[in-house]
Amino acid sequence: MEDFFGLLGPILQSTVRNATPLVFAALGGLFSERSGVVNIGLEGLMLISAFAGVVGANLSGSAFIGLGTAVAAGLLFALIHALMTVTFEADQIISGTAINLLALGGTGFLMVAIFGSGGTSPRIEGFESVAIPVLSSIPLLGPALFDQSILVYLMYVLVPVVFFVVFHTPFGLRLRGTGEAPEAVDTAGVNVARMRYYGVGLSGVLAAFGGAYLSMGLLSAFTENMTAGRGFIALAALIFGRWNPIGAAGAALLFGFAQAVTYSVNEQAIPIEFIEMIPYVLTIIALAGLGGRAIAPAAIGKPYRKE
Amino acid sequence: MSDRVAGDGASSKGAPPVLEMRGVTKRFGAVTANDGVSLTLGRGEILGLLGENGAGKSTLMKILYGLYTPDEGEVFLDGERVEIRDPKDAVSRGIGMVHQHFTLIPPLTVAENIVLGAEPRKGLSLNLEEAVRATEELSERYGLKVDPRSRVADLSVGVRQRVEILKALYRNVRILVLDEPTAVLTPQETEDLFAVLKELVADGLSIILITHKLGELLGVSDEITIIRDGRVVDTVDAADTDEGELARLMVGREVLLRVEKEEVETPGGVRLAAENLTVRSSTGALAVKGVDLEVRGGEILGMAGVDGNGQTELAEALAGTRPVEGGRVFLDGADATNLGADARQERGLAYVPEDRGTKGLVQDFALYENNALKTYDEPPFSKWGWIFPKVMRRRAAEALRAYDVRPADPEARAGSLSGGNQQKAVLARELSGDPGVIIAAQPTRGVDVGAIEFIHGQLLKQRAEGKAILLISLELEEVRSLSDRILVMYAGRIVGEVGPEATDEQLGLLMAGRGVEEKSA
Repeated sequence: MEDFFGLLGPILQSTVRNATPLVFAALGGLFSERSGVVNIGLEGLMLISAFAGVVGANLSGSAFIGLGTAVAAGLLFALIHALMTVTFEADQIISGTAINLLALGGTGFLMVAIFGSGGTSPRIEGFESVAIPVLSSIPLLGPALFDQSILVYLMYVLVPVVFFVVFHTPFGLRLRGTGEAPEAVDTAGVNVARMRYYGVGLSGVLAAFGGAYLSMGLLSAFTENMTAGRGFIALAALIFGRWNPIGAAGAALLFGFAQAVTYSVNEQAIPIEFIEMIPYVLTIIALAGLGGRAIAPAAIGKPYRKE
Repeated sequence: MSDRVAGDGASSKGAPPVLEMRGVTKRFGAVTANDGVSLTLGRGEILGLLGENGAGKSTLMKILYGLYTPDEGEVFLDGERVEIRDPKDAVSRGIGMVHQHFTLIPPLTVAENIVLGAEPRKGLSLNLEEAVRATEELSERYGLKVDPRSRVADLSVGVRQRVEILKALYRNVRILVLDEPTAVLTPQETEDLFAVLKELVADGLSIILITHKLGELLGVSDEITIIRDGRVVDTVDAADTDEGELARLMVGREVLLRVEKEEVETPGGVRLAAENLTVRSSTGALAVKGVDLEVRGGEILGMAGVDGNGQTELAEALAGTRPVEGGRVFLDGADATNLGADARQERGLAYVPEDRGTKGLVQDFALYENNALKTYDEPPFSKWGWIFPKVMRRRAAEALRAYDVRPADPEARAGSLSGGNQQKAVLARELSGDPGVIIAAQPTRGVDVGAIEFIHGQLLKQRAEGKAILLISLELEEVRSLSDRILVMYAGRIVGEVGPEATDEQLGLLMAGRGVEEKSA
């Protein structure tokens, strides 16, 4: 029994840590996709933000300023995606892919330009874990949930906030409408392009939190391609969670748990490649219709052109 | 109810008209869609706007709704000149529009759809209870029955239209424009709609009703403005005109409103038959529940019924584009149940699908490509896996001319044609192969008078040549005037057979499912 708890505690803590960037990015993707714009550029947005955060923190010596530069970078590149897909009606997959490639190449290049070498950046001032008194001493769950960086706490708050915004505010109604039937929203006098800019912009901000958590929460440095596919896993969580914030967060926790298990058990026991497969297999299952099909917003991927 | 003197035309004394459009011109490149169009709408009046597809009605209304900017001309609301920038502006000025293709969001509820863009709030959040309450109040006041909490996706077309009207009323419109509102309605639903419209004008609203159906305008509108080729031909008092005059004004020539059906000698052998046919719909529900039918050579078998009672699935199962759950299909006596659509077509089955836009034509293909869509893999269009576009073009040119498709240009993109011409293009393809059996589903839906006349004539010509024709239609008048026998379908079953002399009432009762008990007992 001792052994079990001894193993489970760290696994749970690691689950939350693995899931946090996925939740942020999935919530971001949710805003974008609910407005009708596919954002496979989440991966790139996270990577750019992770890098920008480290640069900001490195120059200023403040983690909060680093977070600010991360969000600014995420927003900026998301708006580029919006400009391409909403204003110029470019293919959303191609634009997203361009952002991913740009992020990978751009951060690699800027690493050398700013820090003098590729690979890993200098250590910066990150967000340390802050144990919440009392709550963090709950056995097992306490350390897992309440001895984390403040970005994790922000994530806890954002999940219900996003749920409220999407399903209980006029903004959310318009956003969902825009992703389902933009012409209906348009004739109701709501500006479709503006709603999509909001959706994509918010995806950049939220993905930036995820990226900042990677380089300033989990680690205190930027390493090349440190997102390592998390943007795509976040998209998988979004789909598996049926474009619902609670569902997406649950899926992200599940994926985070799978990762945590691999890290903690003997590598020979379960091949890590097998665990890495899980999010995608579950996504395929969700899309194929097990337990009710995952149905995407109807107008997703299609540029809206006024007559 | 109106402060206007009857028949005083554009210059009303006292209060200015609610809406006046003066000399409106709109060009798209070389095409002039509206050429100096003027019309006047009085308060509490229903103005019919009549014209064939492509005459410029929709363009004019899009100008009114701020979707297009006119090149010339002026718009006056209550005598005051206005420029309507966009739909939002139009709505804020009290103009509402019910589009032909509904602008509703299927996964959202009725109340959510109605308040979208003008949501009641409670603090930061959306006040859904208030939205539901407002919907209920409006729906009660005007007799537009609808459940505010149901999802739009679960509603029938008629109810969706009510939601559209409620959406406009919620925004306090004074002028309501309805674009072809009856195109998707059954006769009963149409009557209900007109009753609601009369209630609305009694309440002070003014309505513009766009349509190409002559008869219904006479019963409901006060004045009728007829547009042809982008110009106003005339404005007439609904009380002083008749269908014949309207048709002539609209088309520019005399039109046969009644089809002349010649007697055909006793029909030939059974060419198309279904035996205890059961078919599932796309959602998996049983849509056709054991249908038996026989169509003989030289007869038109009409299939009447309210939309959504299994006619679509029946037609698709007979054509081979939808799998059969149980029962059998026979073509010229041979079992065709397990044959695909291609094999059935090779055995002489022609199929005019009800949705020409998505199932009848590839919108982005040229007409010659569409014309070869079913036979591209057979000579003379193809040999040894090689296709011959030249032959396709030549054949298409002949067929398009024979079926009066305008333009008769094989290179024209299908999507660039009007609804009536698209339908004629489908007919050209399906009938030019000299088929023995024809399934025509809603062959004249959304098609103008001139094209209807032509299509009806073609079907009767095929009948005279001894073809077996199954005509599925929601238009009672069409079924009655063309068919030799009429079956009525209700809830997936054939609930009765009547002759073409059956009255509206008889058919209406069957269509509503009365008499099912006797049949299934």
